[in-house]
Amino acid sequence: MTNGYDIRGNAPLIMLENIGMIYKIGDISYEVLKGINLTIENGEFVSIMGASGSGKSTLMNILGCLDKPTSGSYFLEGRDVSGLTSDELAEIRNKKIGFVFQGFNLIQRLSVIENVMLPLYYSGLHSKDSEEMAMEALKLVDLSEKGNKFPNQISGGEQQRVAIARAIVNNAPIIMADEPTGNLDSVRGADVMNFFEKINAERGATIILVSHDRHIAGYGRRLVTVKDGMIISSETITV
Amino acid sequence: MKQKHVKFAFFLDLESAYKTLLRNKIRSFLTILGIIIGVGSVIATISIGQGASRAIQNSINSMGSNMLIILPGSSSLGGIRSGFGILPDLTLNDVYAIRKLPAVKTDSGNLGMGQQVVWHGNNWSTLVIGASSTFTEIRNWPVAKGTFFTHQQVASAANVAVIGNTAAAELFGLINPIGHIVIIHNVPFTIIGLLSVKGFNAFGQDQDDTVVIPITTMLEKIAGTTWVHAIAVSAKTSKDTSLAQSEITALLRQRHHIPPRKPDDFFVRNLTELAATANSSANTFTILLASIAAVSLLVGGIGIMNIMLVSVTERTKEIGIRMAIGAKKSDILKQFLIESSVLSLFGGILGIGLGFGISSAISAFSPLKTIVTTEPIIISLVFSLCVGIFFGFYPAFKASRMNPVEALRYE
Ligand SMILES: Nc1ncnc2c1ncn2[C@@H]1O[C@H](COP(=O)(O)OP(=O)(O)OP(=O)(O)O)[C@@H](O)[C@H]1O
Ligand SMILES: [Mg+2]
Repeated sequence: MTNGYDIRGNAPLIMLENIGMIYKIGDISYEVLKGINLTIENGEFVSIMGASGSGKSTLMNILGCLDKPTSGSYFLEGRDVSGLTSDELAEIRNKKIGFVFQGFNLIQRLSVIENVMLPLYYSGLHSKDSEEMAMEALKLVDLSEKGNKFPNQISGGEQQRVAIARAIVNNAPIIMADEPTGNLDSVRGADVMNFFEKINAERGATIILVSHDRHIAGYGRRLVTVKDGMIISSETITV
Repeated sequence: MKQKHVKFAFFLDLESAYKTLLRNKIRSFLTILGIIIGVGSVIATISIGQGASRAIQNSINSMGSNMLIILPGSSSLGGIRSGFGILPDLTLNDVYAIRKLPAVKTDSGNLGMGQQVVWHGNNWSTLVIGASSTFTEIRNWPVAKGTFFTHQQVASAANVAVIGNTAAAELFGLINPIGHIVIIHNVPFTIIGLLSVKGFNAFGQDQDDTVVIPITTMLEKIAGTTWVHAIAVSAKTSKDTSLAQSEITALLRQRHHIPPRKPDDFFVRNLTELAATANSSANTFTILLASIAAVSLLVGGIGIMNIMLVSVTERTKEIGIRMAIGAKKSDILKQFLIESSVLSLFGGILGIGLGFGISSAISAFSPLKTIVTTEPIIISLVFSLCVGIFFGFYPAFKASRMNPVEALRYE
């Protein structure tokens, strides 16, 4: 037991110890994650690769505090989050983590800017500032003109950029993206990846990316490969 | 600063709930129809009840204050039990004796009869009342023109009459009736006064359709009897009414030679009490009707719960997204509670409009004048808000308990 600290006594940003995840359907249980150990330092750009069904999204949901593992410990900035209540986890998701989902996951009945403002709303910020911050985030993804449109009025690539703007609007230190380019053509996909590189370099945000596309995963600095619920390799990508 | 943000947030929540509901106008409207009808009927029923109470109150006031009415009784004397108001046992002398009692202020022996009144070939069938000179005071009913007959005119059984507004209009049209001579039961009467307009009583009777003559003249020249139908008495103060009642009872028992243990051969009715009883039974009836109407409010609440459950299921994905970006359980709960409250409150407002419509329609097309007061409006607004919160709670609770991963996976 390391209690979230490394040998030098520093707390890494993320530290997974022996994480297991078992889904039960009726009498049959599926062991989807089997003893995952993973450490991610602040400012890293990590790509997680693996075949379909290998457990990447399940791992991502645990990393993003959306789901709790059935066993093992998860230390976030040295703090054990396995025992936190759902409201405490909600607060972590709101303040520390920005999600970009495979399916965009924008709320259709809210306008683009309202979607981007939503994380600020849940962090208790409701004044004019939040509109300015949302505008700022939209400008970063080059969508400042489309704030008043609705998600079904813009293209898929634009929707994914709105989702990115929503993920970064709170200045979250960790950005997690599950197949962010899955629905995009290669040019749009490259745009999105360039953007992740940019906020990793300029803001020092930690990026965790899930992809089964070797080319997309290659944007990262470290490649973690998952197979059958286990990490089989973790290597630094040399350019 | 923080306070300001919280306030602003609440308006934001309201606005977003409002927008959500507007997206489904027809569904939202159908959902709140139950509330609209419920609140509408509560408001309408209460306005009818208030109108009836007001009418009763007005008739109490128009009767005069601290009124007692003495009626001839039914009696089992001689083994024959005759009906109420049949015994010919209240006489003018009883009236004069009652007048001397300490708790009694004024009195007026009364005998009313339906009679034909004729003037120049015009004839009109009306209520002819025999009364004492104190009639105007005891009934709070002054004359508009001319004079009322005096105590002397009653004593001498003069052939004078004071006419009510409706009877005057029917007989004389636009002509001033004062000074003209009418024939009642073959007896000529000079009209010396015109009563002011009194209007309808609580039973829908036109009180102005009448002719008032001295009680003595009535008894001697028209009725041909010595007994009166009723004696109206006004106690000195409202505290004196029960004292007056017992004094009168004792006096009349003595005058009518009723041995102890035998029942009275007359009734003494306290009119204020009677009216209060009528008022309270009108209130009971109103409360009964309003509670039946309130049941439809509950049914409306179930409609809201139903639609909110559908809405929560439809928006599972949205709930997942909101949770993923940091919504707490209480945020989701609040969102749906505000939505159901806005729904029901809106239903309440429309229902108040409906209630106003119904009650003014009743006022316009029936003799009853309905009254809408602020209390039922406030109560039904608060009640519909409570219905929204109560019935919206379960769906909102269900939404707040969703697992974010499962909710996100929902399509
Ligand atoms: N809620 C669940 N209940 C039961 N089994 C589940 C559940 N969620 C995931 N699984 C199973 O866990 C395994 C891993 O799923 P996961 O979504 O993590 O895979 P993945 O690596 O993200 O695959 P893909 O590349 O297709 O997205 C799959 O076999 C899946 O069927
Ligand atoms: Mg996946």
